[in-house]
Amino acid sequence: MTTLVLAGARARSSARPGAITRRTHPLWFLFPAYGLLLVFFVLPTVYQFVYAFTDWSGFKASIAPVGLDNFGQLAADGTLFRSLRITVVYAVLVAIFQNLFGFGLAVLLERDTVINRIVRTLFLVPVLMSALAVGYIFQALFKGTPVLADTTWTIVVVALIHAWKWMGLAMLIYLAGLKTIPLDILEAAKIDGASRWKTFWRVRAPLLAPAVTFNVATALLGSMNGFDVVQATTGGGPARTTELLNIFIYRTFGQGLFAQATTMSLVLFLLVAVLAFPVIRVLRRREEMMS
Amino acid sequence: MKSRIFQPVAAVVLAAVVIGIPLWLVVATAGKSQAEAIDPDLSPPADWQLIENFRRVWTEADVPAALVGSLLVVVPTVVAVLILGSMAAWVLARRTSRLTALLYALGISGIILPPAVVTVVLLLRQLGLAGTTVGMIGVYVGIYLSTVIFFVTGFVRTIPDALEEAARIDGAGPVAVFLRVVLPLLRPVLATATILICLYVWNDVFYAFFVVGGRLDTLPLNLFRVASAGLYLNNWHLIFAYVILMSLPLVAVFAVAQRRIISGITGGAVK
Repeated sequence: MTTLVLAGARARSSARPGAITRRTHPLWFLFPAYGLLLVFFVLPTVYQFVYAFTDWSGFKASIAPVGLDNFGQLAADGTLFRSLRITVVYAVLVAIFQNLFGFGLAVLLERDTVINRIVRTLFLVPVLMSALAVGYIFQALFKGTPVLADTTWTIVVVALIHAWKWMGLAMLIYLAGLKTIPLDILEAAKIDGASRWKTFWRVRAPLLAPAVTFNVATALLGSMNGFDVVQATTGGGPARTTELLNIFIYRTFGQGLFAQATTMSLVLFLLVAVLAFPVIRVLRRREEMMS
Repeated sequence: MKSRIFQPVAAVVLAAVVIGIPLWLVVATAGKSQAEAIDPDLSPPADWQLIENFRRVWTEADVPAALVGSLLVVVPTVVAVLILGSMAAWVLARRTSRLTALLYALGISGIILPPAVVTVVLLLRQLGLAGTTVGMIGVYVGIYLSTVIFFVTGFVRTIPDALEEAARIDGAGPVAVFLRVVLPLLRPVLATATILICLYVWNDVFYAFFVVGGRLDTLPLNLFRVASAGLYLNNWHLIFAYVILMSLPLVAVFAVAQRRIISGITGGAVK
């Protein structure tokens, strides 16, 4: 009798088998990861909101609050808006080029032939290479030509180089997107008498929406946080016309102007935070509308 | 029918021009003598001295030290990020409460938000980790945990709970279930994550510059320093020999595991 009651109690306490409980999936599994995230990611981010308003520098030991002086100074000498503009222009250009190239490659190399497979692999080599190396390659390639000396067009050239490095990845994602389109839909379009051109734009392209979302978002965010490609190709020149926020941060940090570097780092953080969420939301909504 | 001939030709020509020319520039220049390489161009070297240039870079630029530095950072980072990230992702994927949803959002925000590169230096100084390997690993782990949490949580949600349940009925606790049942099932997604994180950390120069610049050498930091220093200014042949040396490990890994990597990366992205 007692054993029966005990067994019943035990069965009730462990609830139904397979239920997700505190006991089967304990929260302490999160602690190591979230502890490290907190210390090495969240805390420095919080620090930015403090030290951007101080005179922290490499020249003195004390750190004192200075209010909005850093922002005022960077806005007054034009650096703030110039770096912001250059970064946004760069990110938009990279997103456009990288997606055009990636999409074009995916369409060109869609069929699974031996040649296509080899060519696809070749386009992945730049993805594996260090961005620094890519920058040096193009610096060498354009040496002695005026390509990297123009104050208006060099930003376009470096955006093209960035897109060159990453287009293989965009291609892979578009290829995967093309493969997810069910054959019967394509058959149906064919039976309905749709031309290849029409099938492509009316049936296949809209179904690529998730791939577009992923590619545009990663290209935009990746290039806003860009550094290596541009640093190795132009170092921010000519006449600082390709000086992205991160290049400015790198340069001022090297000069010991830590507070200014922190201020620009905070600006980059806010820029990405402000732009990222609407971009992702708009792309997601378009995805839902199309599917 | 015309496209049957046109397509392969177009593909090959495009690859030859767009990829072939820049890569040929690397190999040709890396094979030249200094005098020949001063103005890098696409002409083949008069006399190939690729091996000799490799040897010069290896000894003069301190490649072995930088290689050890890179490995000391990359290997622990990848191991820590994968294990800790999977542990968190498993619980986040299986428990559905408002708290875990919030923690998940926080956990993956690092994919989008840029890390605070300047203030992290100050923080490391306060922790006594400035310029150390441990500090560098911590920073990378903080940056790339979000990538692992994102990929693995998505993957765990696609595997049924039945296997875990069977183990639990056999009396296995959460640690045993995680180690013996869940972790082996995560193999494909962990393979993808490994490659992505190796790619980012192996090639990173920006974060390394702030955290360990000047104190610990990694391959990209070393390349950056050497290429920017006067010593190498007109030594394109050595820069490109270095580029080849540095790229080889990743290209080798990729060549071996190509198919799995490709399916892993693309599977996670378009779902």
